[in-house]
Amino acid sequence: MNNYLLIPFLPLAAFLINILLGRNFLKEKAHWVSILAVAGSWVVAVMTLVDILAGHKINQDLYTWIVSGNFKVSVGFLIDELTAVMLIVVTTCSTLIHIYSVGYMHGDKGYYRFFAYLSLFTFCMLMLVMANNFLQLYFGWEGVGLCSYFLIGYYFDKKSASDAGKKAFIVNRFGDFGFGLGIIMIFLTFGTIYYEPVFAQAGGFANNTVNFLGYDVHLMTLIALLLFCGSIGKSAQMPLHVWLPDAMEGPTPVSALIHAATMVTAGVFLVARCSPIFSLSETALMVVALTGAITSLFAATIGLVQNDIKRIIAYSTISQLGYMFLACGVGAYTAGVFHLYTHAFFKALLFLCAGSVMHAMAGELNLQKMGGLKKYMPVTYLTMLLASLSIAGVPGFAGFFSKDEILWLAYSGPSPVGKFVWLIGTIVAFLTAFYSFRLIFLTFHGKFRGTHEQEHHLHESPKFMTIPLMLLCVGAIASGWVGIPHLLGGGAHFTEFMKPVLGHPEGHGTHAEEWMVMAISVIAGFSGIGLAYFMYLKRADIPVKIAQQFSGVHRLLFNKYYVDELYSFLIVRPAIWTAKNILIGITDAKIIEAIVNGVPKAIGIFSEQLRKFQTGRLQHYASIMALGILIIIALMLWR
Amino acid sequence: MLAKLFFGYYAVVIIFLSLLVITRKNPVHSVMWMLLLFFHIAGLYLFLNAEFIAAIQVIVYAGAILVLFLFVVLLLNLREELQVERFVGSWPAGLIIAVAIFAIVVNVIRSFVLAPPGKYSIEYIKEATHTKALGTILYTEYLFPFEIASLVLLIAIIGAIVLAKRKTRSH
Amino acid sequence: MVPLNWYLMLSAAVFMIGVFGFLTRRNIIIMFMSVELMLNGVNISLISFSHYLQDLRGQILVFFIITVAAAEAAIGLAIIIALFRNKSTAHVDEMNEMKG
Repeated sequence: MNNYLLIPFLPLAAFLINILLGRNFLKEKAHWVSILAVAGSWVVAVMTLVDILAGHKINQDLYTWIVSGNFKVSVGFLIDELTAVMLIVVTTCSTLIHIYSVGYMHGDKGYYRFFAYLSLFTFCMLMLVMANNFLQLYFGWEGVGLCSYFLIGYYFDKKSASDAGKKAFIVNRFGDFGFGLGIIMIFLTFGTIYYEPVFAQAGGFANNTVNFLGYDVHLMTLIALLLFCGSIGKSAQMPLHVWLPDAMEGPTPVSALIHAATMVTAGVFLVARCSPIFSLSETALMVVALTGAITSLFAATIGLVQNDIKRIIAYSTISQLGYMFLACGVGAYTAGVFHLYTHAFFKALLFLCAGSVMHAMAGELNLQKMGGLKKYMPVTYLTMLLASLSIAGVPGFAGFFSKDEILWLAYSGPSPVGKFVWLIGTIVAFLTAFYSFRLIFLTFHGKFRGTHEQEHHLHESPKFMTIPLMLLCVGAIASGWVGIPHLLGGGAHFTEFMKPVLGHPEGHGTHAEEWMVMAISVIAGFSGIGLAYFMYLKRADIPVKIAQQFSGVHRLLFNKYYVDELYSFLIVRPAIWTAKNILIGITDAKIIEAIVNGVPKAIGIFSEQLRKFQTGRLQHYASIMALGILIIIALMLWR
Repeated sequence: MLAKLFFGYYAVVIIFLSLLVITRKNPVHSVMWMLLLFFHIAGLYLFLNAEFIAAIQVIVYAGAILVLFLFVVLLLNLREELQVERFVGSWPAGLIIAVAIFAIVVNVIRSFVLAPPGKYSIEYIKEATHTKALGTILYTEYLFPFEIASLVLLIAIIGAIVLAKRKTRSH
Repeated sequence: MVPLNWYLMLSAAVFMIGVFGFLTRRNIIIMFMSVELMLNGVNISLISFSHYLQDLRGQILVFFIITVAAAEAAIGLAIIIALFRNKSTAHVDEMNEMKG
């Protein structure tokens, strides 16, 4: 059972081959290496899943990484139920998106580079989910961040793209700083950073407090919140969400793989993985739940008015990630991971469809210039429609089951904020349905609003792109069927499967209440779709009127609550001012340059004296050498 | 007593000749005195039961190396040499250093104690013959250094040719 | 029987005369001969040790020293010739290209 090692290392091998040989040898064939490697990973991941289903569990150290005193870290792998699900999600999405990229990136000059980074990303992500200790998790965490940076800035000759890459990287630093501190706290508390002993001992520290900045803080709350900092950054939650919409500057397959399906869900994975710690702190859970709820509402409202097709989906991603945190925050980790798993499929699908649309529209992103694409690209239309039905929570689709489980557990769970977040979740369900279908209606229905040239150019995408769409579509519809709740006659297999790792969430409520919660969410979803239909197909003049009527609100939403401007004012500009005036003006000019210029000057004066020893006379050198020998012998004799 | 007398003669002559070598104005004279010096050192070696080394001393040092010196001396400008100062300006410093080291070394020599003698006694060497005993050690225990020595000589041959070759411009 | 120390004294004396010559003579050939003198000084002490300790390895060492001396003489004299060809002088105090 060692073949699980192939899962991360095949993509790594593909990365190495592509980065070393890609430019000169593989060129247009670079994709084969990566696709074969990732597909191989997928096969092994499925085999591993079968093993896990049979009740096996892997926890193995492969290689001792660092030993320093009592601090010991290995490169080790832990594969349990949670990891197995993540492996399936990552390898499936990665494989399909690799294939899709063959069509999408065709003819790009950095073709090999793209596949190399994509494979490296897959490797890092797999290392992240397969880690059995926090440091390796952190390695994967930073690795995926680095790949994200590479790929957002893939079109590095475009300034907005390289800026977006930097923004993503820098914003993530804020979160990762907290995450790093969290790992240090874990080591200080438990003396180890392996999952198993940490989680096993966590209960024993449930009532400990620690002095933090002069206050006595509940230890588990502190650790949980520090870890959650990392999650906030990576999963683009408030207030560190600003990087994700900008990350859409990267190629669309990247947006689908990294910024929708896998990397951004790492934060949710972290919370789920550390559920034994989070569960010990009610405060931390509440923070998680409220952050998730507020973020999801916040992002959904922004999504209502955006016109950039990829940004809408990006805000939708933030919103859905908020949903997952909401679930984790009310203690329903399984529901959160379940939503992560279904979301990966339909959100990747949405992005890939958007990429397909962009492909047809020659890079056009503005919804207002599209319309009526239905008849030109039927496959894209159909798959995107199904994905939107899934995200809107239409019964029978994957999104319905996961969303319903979250809402029900939020409503019925023991969390003090449960009812409140349930309410927000329901509102967000409505908003999600609305903006998703606004996107569909504006893109595919009605009349084409672009230029004539664009209209001539319209075509369905090549097979390399449509086939992954169809395959993902199957996932978007069917992936939820493993978690049909008991209420609807299903077995809730997903929850049962996850029970050993994440525990069983408790919902206290009658069947009637459960039906009611489900009905409300379904009604919210359908009314969202209905409203979108009404506003964008029946009475297309209404949106404009509303926008004029509530111009203040519209402007606020359209400008994303001015968060970017706020950060620019509070952080970016002071930082640049400090850099310019203090760092360049004083530190650089007065201190560093003084040192840099002063040292050579001092050396010059010194060596001016010293060079007098260098007479160039052979005998002087020999005499000094003999004198040295004399002194050494004398010292040895009369020491 | 006779041995001491012999040694006394050799010691005095060797030191005297050494001084002559380094003080003569004319390098040719220096080389000639050195030739005599090497013969005396070879004689001292015979006195110490080192016939083979004594032979090498005469053949290699006196025969080969000194002749080489003589050639080089003759290549250089001798006439000018006879008119200029023979010591550098700072010669007292050199003298002091040399005397100081000598004093220290003599000081050390006085406290020497001999280790127990090894197996190559005079009787043993007599029986095995000196050259054969030496060759046995050289080709067994010191085979590897011996091979390296051959390499050193090869490099010296090539190096000497390369260095002394007149650079001809080829175009 | 002559004491070992006498030989060592003689050896030290020859060596130091070599050192003195090397440090004071202007003519590079004489300096070179001083180096040979130093090597011979060492050889004397090695041979006498070999005799008194009844160990032939001292003589082996001398053998190697003579080998190296021969190599050194060949190379060194080649250098002197090259030097003389460029500088037209054999006086070391007239060569000070390395002056700082």
